[in-house]
Amino acid sequence: MEIKVLGTGCANCKATMKLIEEAVAAQGLTVQVQKVEDIQDIMRYGVMSTPGVVIDGKVVHAGGVPGKDKIASWLAAAR
Amino acid sequence: MHALSVRLKRWPSSHPGFFFLLAICVWFALYQGLEPFSAAVVSWLPVTPDSRLGSALLFFFYDTPKVLLLLVGIVFVMGIVHTFVSPERTRALLSGRRLGVGNVMAASLGIVTPFCSCSAVPLFIGFLQAGVPLGVTFSFLVSAPMVNEVALALLFGMFGWKVAALYLGLGLSVAIVAGVVIGQLRMERYLEDWVRAMQNSQVGLPVGADSRSWGERIEQGFRHVHEIVGKVWPYIIGGIALGAGIHGYVPEDFMASIMGKDAPWWSVPMAVAIGVPMYTNAAGVIPIVQALLGKGAALGTVLAFMMSVIALSAPEMLILRKVLKPRLIATFAGVVAAGIVLVGYVFNAVL
Repeated sequence: MEIKVLGTGCANCKATMKLIEEAVAAQGLTVQVQKVEDIQDIMRYGVMSTPGVVIDGKVVHAGGVPGKDKIASWLAAAR
Repeated sequence: MHALSVRLKRWPSSHPGFFFLLAICVWFALYQGLEPFSAAVVSWLPVTPDSRLGSALLFFFYDTPKVLLLLVGIVFVMGIVHTFVSPERTRALLSGRRLGVGNVMAASLGIVTPFCSCSAVPLFIGFLQAGVPLGVTFSFLVSAPMVNEVALALLFGMFGWKVAALYLGLGLSVAIVAGVVIGQLRMERYLEDWVRAMQNSQVGLPVGADSRSWGERIEQGFRHVHEIVGKVWPYIIGGIALGAGIHGYVPEDFMASIMGKDAPWWSVPMAVAIGVPMYTNAAGVIPIVQALLGKGAALGTVLAFMMSVIALSAPEMLILRKVLKPRLIATFAGVVAAGIVLVGYVFNAVL
């Protein structure tokens, strides 16, 4: 599984990154969480509001910090 | 016990109609109770109500709950409105609109569409990709940060509904006119090349139907209140405390000579020139606004300052530089700043 967080470096993007890393660690997974900060790369995913979350090439979330339960459900589904 | 608290927490979502009725009643009851509340608090304190300190405290204990109550109400309603207008929907509505009608729609949608200044660039490109004209996109980009719920709630709470309505109307006008001007100038060639290549590349994107229940919308309203009010309340209390503090202590005409009604003509452009590079949100600028007004500055000059702080900022220009060439950024800043200066003069003239 491959997780990417799209965001130009605002506070919400950092918070999203941290939440996902915590959830990954809590579930004992060994997944690389990547940050995509370049605006051209972000636009390639067709996301209009940041932070966005991409799992295995699919956009699962855009705009605002996702809830903990949401993150847990993505991780469970992608396992 | 636990099951009960979970059920209590969930009931607004499971009985939305009942919740709205109750919430509206409670809100109005609280609002009506503000004046007796502040009088009661001050009478309980060891000061006389007509002393300097007493009137400052009365002002503080009346204004703080009033502004916070208004803010919670407006932000909650906006949180629910946001569940109806996503950026994707707004984009679909604006796609292919002509200048004029498109600008009016874009500026109005800018008020109700969820927007964070850190998403300004992705939003900008997303709009252009879907075939929203450049001038229309700019109307959105000006109105979204400037005419926001926090600014309106604060103006309403502290200066009354007329000032709030005037701010709303004039903010919309600046956004519409600035967008039309930029559209008329046909500045597409001053977009960065990779952005130009993306223009109109995704016309007619499907927008998924929104199937959220009222329960989920209410939850979103609460989340919005938590997020916004949780962030801005210290600024508001600080601002009102400052306002209460100068209530009677600092000479009223301290600022009058350079920012008052009879100040020289250059006071409005000067306020805007100082405000443009500054970067803070509506809540952060309110303490400054309170202080300036309390010391005799004219409302139009202060509002022009406030608009320029919120609508334009140096960090935003730097982010926009990734998608716009310098000439277009300069035009954007110039047109918006000129609009704000005009608004300042109008405010000073009619009030």
